Amino acid sequence: MTVENFTKLGAAEIASSVRAGDASPSDMVRASFERAREIGAGPDALNIYLHSDEKASVEEAAAVEKRLGNAADGGILAGVPVAIKDNIASLGLPTTCASKILAGYVSPFEATAITRLRANGALIVAKTNMDEFAMGSSTENSAFGPTRNPHDVRCVPGGSSGGSAAAVAAGITPLALGSETGGSVRQPAAFCGVVGVKPTYGRVSRYGLVAFASSLDQIGVLGRTVNDAALGLESIAGFDKMDSTSSDEPVPIYRSSALGGPAPDTRSPATEAIRVGRTPIPAAPPPNATTLEGVVIGKPKEYFPESLDASIRDLCERSLDRLRSMGATVRDISLPRSPLAIPVYYILAPAEASSNLARFDGVRYGLRVDPGKGLKAMYAATRSQGFGPEVTRRVLLGTYVLSAGYYDAYYKKAQAVRTLITDDFRSVFSSGVNAIFTPTTPTTAFPVGAISDPYEMYLNDIFTVTANLAGVPAMSIPIGRVRRLPVGGQIITAHFDEYTMFRVAYALEAALGPEAHQ
Amino acid sequence: MAVTREDVLHIADLARLGVDGPRADELTKELSAILAHMEVLSQVDTSAVSGSTGVGVEGTPLRPDVGVPPLLESALESFAPAMRDGFFIVPRLATHEDSAESGA
Repeated sequence: MTVENFTKLGAAEIASSVRAGDASPSDMVRASFERAREIGAGPDALNIYLHSDEKASVEEAAAVEKRLGNAADGGILAGVPVAIKDNIASLGLPTTCASKILAGYVSPFEATAITRLRANGALIVAKTNMDEFAMGSSTENSAFGPTRNPHDVRCVPGGSSGGSAAAVAAGITPLALGSETGGSVRQPAAFCGVVGVKPTYGRVSRYGLVAFASSLDQIGVLGRTVNDAALGLESIAGFDKMDSTSSDEPVPIYRSSALGGPAPDTRSPATEAIRVGRTPIPAAPPPNATTLEGVVIGKPKEYFPESLDASIRDLCERSLDRLRSMGATVRDISLPRSPLAIPVYYILAPAEASSNLARFDGVRYGLRVDPGKGLKAMYAATRSQGFGPEVTRRVLLGTYVLSAGYYDAYYKKAQAVRTLITDDFRSVFSSGVNAIFTPTTPTTAFPVGAISDPYEMYLNDIFTVTANLAGVPAMSIPIGRVRRLPVGGQIITAHFDEYTMFRVAYALEAALGPEAHQ
Repeated sequence: MAVTREDVLHIADLARLGVDGPRADELTKELSAILAHMEVLSQVDTSAVSGSTGVGVEGTPLRPDVGVPPLLESALESFAPAMRDGFFIVPRLATHEDSAESGA
């Protein structure tokens, strides 16, 4: 297996080769580490990886190989190297959330999402860089230095899952896990030219995801293709008793959506055979005039403002034309409260963060700074030296909006407006719209250090944050390039209707073909 | 609603964050600027919205409030620095010699 060949393989292809005995998990892991060295994933270049252990990964691959033997049931991710955002608890490798306050911390338990990846045959090869505690949109807020965009090293990869998006874009792993609170999978996916999925709130267990804002946090998937992202989400989705907000809604085979039509019965033996990789999914026919017949796509005017970059608008219009050419109807819609989403989010998320991050106090985890002046002084010294500027800013902002005298004006008001934003989505989907299409971000990747004003940075999330507030699923797929930098198109569907979201994404990806990366 | 320097020092104390003089001045400006963008919410009519703190998603029903033990890779003793009677022993604060004498 040459490195060049490896970077061209998707997760689905790797898994089917491994299951067929044509490739070994060890070869895949070695090729992944070789690619990481070649592209410069370390701190002196792209700074994508925070923690990895090649020797341990190769040993783990050998153990998987031994367990597999010649079994065809190796799992739908048999032998697939996967990178994990550093705020998802893993065994063996540290979990630091890219923060000094958790430097060196190794979790004694593992996130359910990672356990499920391993159960499906995946191999965890690294923990990826991110904005500290997932607070940021550029991966510049990491205590361990910024990650660089593989498409242009002068630019950011987006954030906060910038390391995971860059790992996939650079061909180091075909699949990675990230997390979202306001767009932290979709925005870096758009900036790096890969596919990024945020599932419905409750679709994927949050057990083992270090909490930032618990009512918004979700683990998401990044892949180079829609099919790999679907495969990744299938692997980790589903009820988990360890997360009280986890849903018991059945998980469809998202890959079947490429074939059109309704989702197959999740309880049938045939579906189960596909789920575990025993039966392959038939190849989807090329897109034609009936691929999306009957599908209504909403185009919300609030996400196409006059100020939108004309080149990004043109690429969105091209995508909408492709959707029409496959039989979809595009309908102008309105999500009138969406312009309020940034103020709402930057009240609610910091409020929840100020509570969740109270646990990092110098007693239970990592860093401890004791100036010898009592308990309160130890807390303050530890937290001040352990947290970076953006985390400090958000903890203070959250404490302020929750404090006496300001709670009603800020927190309670923001909760009420969040309900109105959610109502907007419900109203659109109950009016016959099946999916909403928007740009993922208002700009392409910007240069490292270009944005210093905190609120200007927050505006990067302007098109993504509403899906988190409403809890609906959303994904970003590549739809073209502007000045050589990738642009993402966003598809949003109703709660737990990831199936339709993937159906539209598969069709658009096929219709755009190479244009998605030109 | 502009944030004052006193506000910043007060919330920093509540949040157990040490903020020194120059940083307090910077944070006063930053938080005031951010909160100025939030004022738009005061103009939104929310009188018809019932109090809700949930995320409004169907499919997450209430369940019995039963504790589930964490799925640890190995026993607590194997990763805690020290334990006694089922409790973790944390490093003593530099100023807590008196607690040691009282047996706390």
